Amino acid sequence: MNVTLKIQRFNPEADDKPHWEEYQVEVEPTDRLLDALNQVKWYQDGTLAFRRSCAHGVCGSDAMTINSVNRLACKVLMQEVGKKVTVEPLRGFPIVKDLVVDMDPFFDKYRSVKPYFISYEPDPPVERYQSPEERARFDDTTKCILCGACTSSCPSFWGNREYIGPATIVQAHRFIFDSRDQGTNERLEVLNDREGVWRCRTIFNCVGACPREIDVTRAIGEVKKLLLFNRMV
Amino acid sequence: MYHSYDAVIVGAGGAGLRAALELGKVGSVAVLSKLYPTRSHTGAAQGGIGAALGNTEEDLWEWHMFDTVKGGDYLTDQDAAEVLALEAVETVYELEHWGLPFDRTPDGKIAQRPFGGHTHHFGAGPVRRSCYAADRTGHMILQTLYQQCVRHNVQFFDEYHVLDLSIHDGVACGVTAYQVLTGEIHTFRAKTVLFATGGMGRMFKITSNAHALTGDGPAIALRRGVPMEDMEFFQFHPTGIRNMGILITEAVRGEGGILLNNEGEHFMERYSPTLLDLAPRDIVSRAIYLEVRAGRGIAGKDYVNLDASHLGREVVEAKLPDIADFCKTYLGVDPAAEPMPVQPTAHYAMGGIPTDVEGRVVIDEGNTPLPGFYAAGECACVSVHGANRLGTNSLVDLVVFGRRAGRDMARYIRENDFVPLPVEPECEACDEVDRLLGGTGGESVADIRRELQQVMMDDVGVFRVEAQMQAAVDKVHELQERYRRVSIQDKGKKFNTELLEAIELGYLLDLAEVTAESALARKESRGAHSREDFPERDDENWLKHTLAYRGESGVELRYKPVSITRFEPKPRTY
Repeated sequence: MNVTLKIQRFNPEADDKPHWEEYQVEVEPTDRLLDALNQVKWYQDGTLAFRRSCAHGVCGSDAMTINSVNRLACKVLMQEVGKKVTVEPLRGFPIVKDLVVDMDPFFDKYRSVKPYFISYEPDPPVERYQSPEERARFDDTTKCILCGACTSSCPSFWGNREYIGPATIVQAHRFIFDSRDQGTNERLEVLNDREGVWRCRTIFNCVGACPREIDVTRAIGEVKKLLLFNRMV
Repeated sequence: MYHSYDAVIVGAGGAGLRAALELGKVGSVAVLSKLYPTRSHTGAAQGGIGAALGNTEEDLWEWHMFDTVKGGDYLTDQDAAEVLALEAVETVYELEHWGLPFDRTPDGKIAQRPFGGHTHHFGAGPVRRSCYAADRTGHMILQTLYQQCVRHNVQFFDEYHVLDLSIHDGVACGVTAYQVLTGEIHTFRAKTVLFATGGMGRMFKITSNAHALTGDGPAIALRRGVPMEDMEFFQFHPTGIRNMGILITEAVRGEGGILLNNEGEHFMERYSPTLLDLAPRDIVSRAIYLEVRAGRGIAGKDYVNLDASHLGREVVEAKLPDIADFCKTYLGVDPAAEPMPVQPTAHYAMGGIPTDVEGRVVIDEGNTPLPGFYAAGECACVSVHGANRLGTNSLVDLVVFGRRAGRDMARYIRENDFVPLPVEPECEACDEVDRLLGGTGGESVADIRRELQQVMMDDVGVFRVEAQMQAAVDKVHELQERYRRVSIQDKGKKFNTELLEAIELGYLLDLAEVTAESALARKESRGAHSREDFPERDDENWLKHTLAYRGESGVELRYKPVSITRFEPKPRTY
């Protein structure tokens, strides 16, 4: 099938501001949008810049806005998007070039919430025991690949770049609800802030954007409840 | 720009990150990655990490060692296999202590499942040795190690693409890197350099490997006079999604999935009576190829079916959720209800930069170390995988040998001073960048790469024969010559990924050349290297490792002995 890709271009070394370019590609319905972008880059315009690596939805490199929805380019099949596809970089992050955005602010926020295992007890000689039920409690938020689709789909984040963002809250949730971890209070201190969980207005864009189908808004809600009622709900 | 660190680690996957964690207390460390660390391909690994914990049934590290040696068709260095099996147990507990969310047994221990080639009592039957986190074990390992690096304030240089290694008077002393964001060239002086750059599957047309896996570390080392070991041994994983290369984990078969041909026959019963679908990967890949060749592929085509529908929806959704998602997304197939179309897929390089069991790079038949230079992970060849790697042994390879390399680097840093860099260490890399930016020859990177991937898949694939391998060598030479005349459109400095893809193509061409030459020379079949003109294993002449050097006059092959300690080579049947 013949498809028109309308891609937002921006060359920091030549352009004042972003502009649209259109490209025609010949693709199979089961080709990935990433395959179509590669076709443009490899056979039409080598200057087109975008991040990509695994090409099957696990590394999170190619998150972008496709027909106004945040998706991973390698998980979108051409048969889903029709004859004309609009491709833009993620919103809310500074544009570096074309579809590449500056992810440093995103990773800085991630680091601020102590996204690592904390325990004050000595390590046992074997594994710490954890029941299957305890393990299931935080399974959803372990799936996060830090692609940025959620945070950059959030109107609260667009309105205020200081908002710590859904992804960081998901990463904190993963530890807060892990029965082995003991760093809950330290993380809640960071999150209990006007720019922490309280910036969330339960808009649900994040749930729609997440390629791992994490129930992001629910996770944020669980952290809010913990702060309000001091209980693990 | 110029930097100085006690240790420079190139690659931020499992091996690189694990090594970084050993070094923080000893000196200054910098981890350079051409991607953001969490994008590394360790995150795509699915099935599990193998360790003889014995949580569900009895298991011993000696059995794990034996399985690794036999799985490698006796080309495995047994001293390395012993280290792997022994240290696997404590490194898995270490990962759990760092919070890795393993699946659990009802009594709260780390859950384990069967996996290809892993047996109890030295081959008596399958054993539950694979420790797993659903089917995203690699993702959890990568995240956990990165989290620990964040905790310990490890210094990262994200999106710095290493282009060269500096060696002065035979001692490694630094690297040259291209900062992707700005196009600036950076020189890093170091006492120790670790290459942990991963695999090189992008030499092949159908591969499970990410676009980023272009063998940068091995290619750079090769250009600096370091030989590549056992390059002819490239694993084709039996179950990649047809035409796409996306991996369907062996864990599907570990949970009970079976392979069927177009007659609905469970054909592995004929090829591997004891282990059936959990035979080692090279054996299963060959079986699939032979079924297809005999006309028993599905609809007469080039793939077979992997059927997990009898496992029940609950098992598929709980234990194999990610591959269920791949099948639904890319094929519209629901594995709980229908079979998955699969075919052999280029997956893993058993060969690479030769090292000893401390992770030190060794450069000749006598295992002479190149001081200050280390390698770990898929890009290294210890050799712990021999002629074929068992599933779950790569993740454990990363943490065991990543840790050992880190520890030996720490020792080296304490005992040695900096060595001066050569004059203008970055000049060769700069020249290559300028050459590619200024090229007017008109050859296309994409065309050359496509032709390379096709010839390697066809002629240096699962089954090999002399005439075709020779044709592949000749084709690679032609492509290398055309590569000298490549032009690119993007002449910019900022985020010039076209330039980087051109550089990566150069690496793939060199590595394809040594792979094809090494394969052509080895006149036997062993593990993943399977020749129709020499179908038997020949221990008398070929129980040895290949060392491929690449110089002005082309590829030179030398050989070195295999370490044999506990297990005498025997015929490899399952």
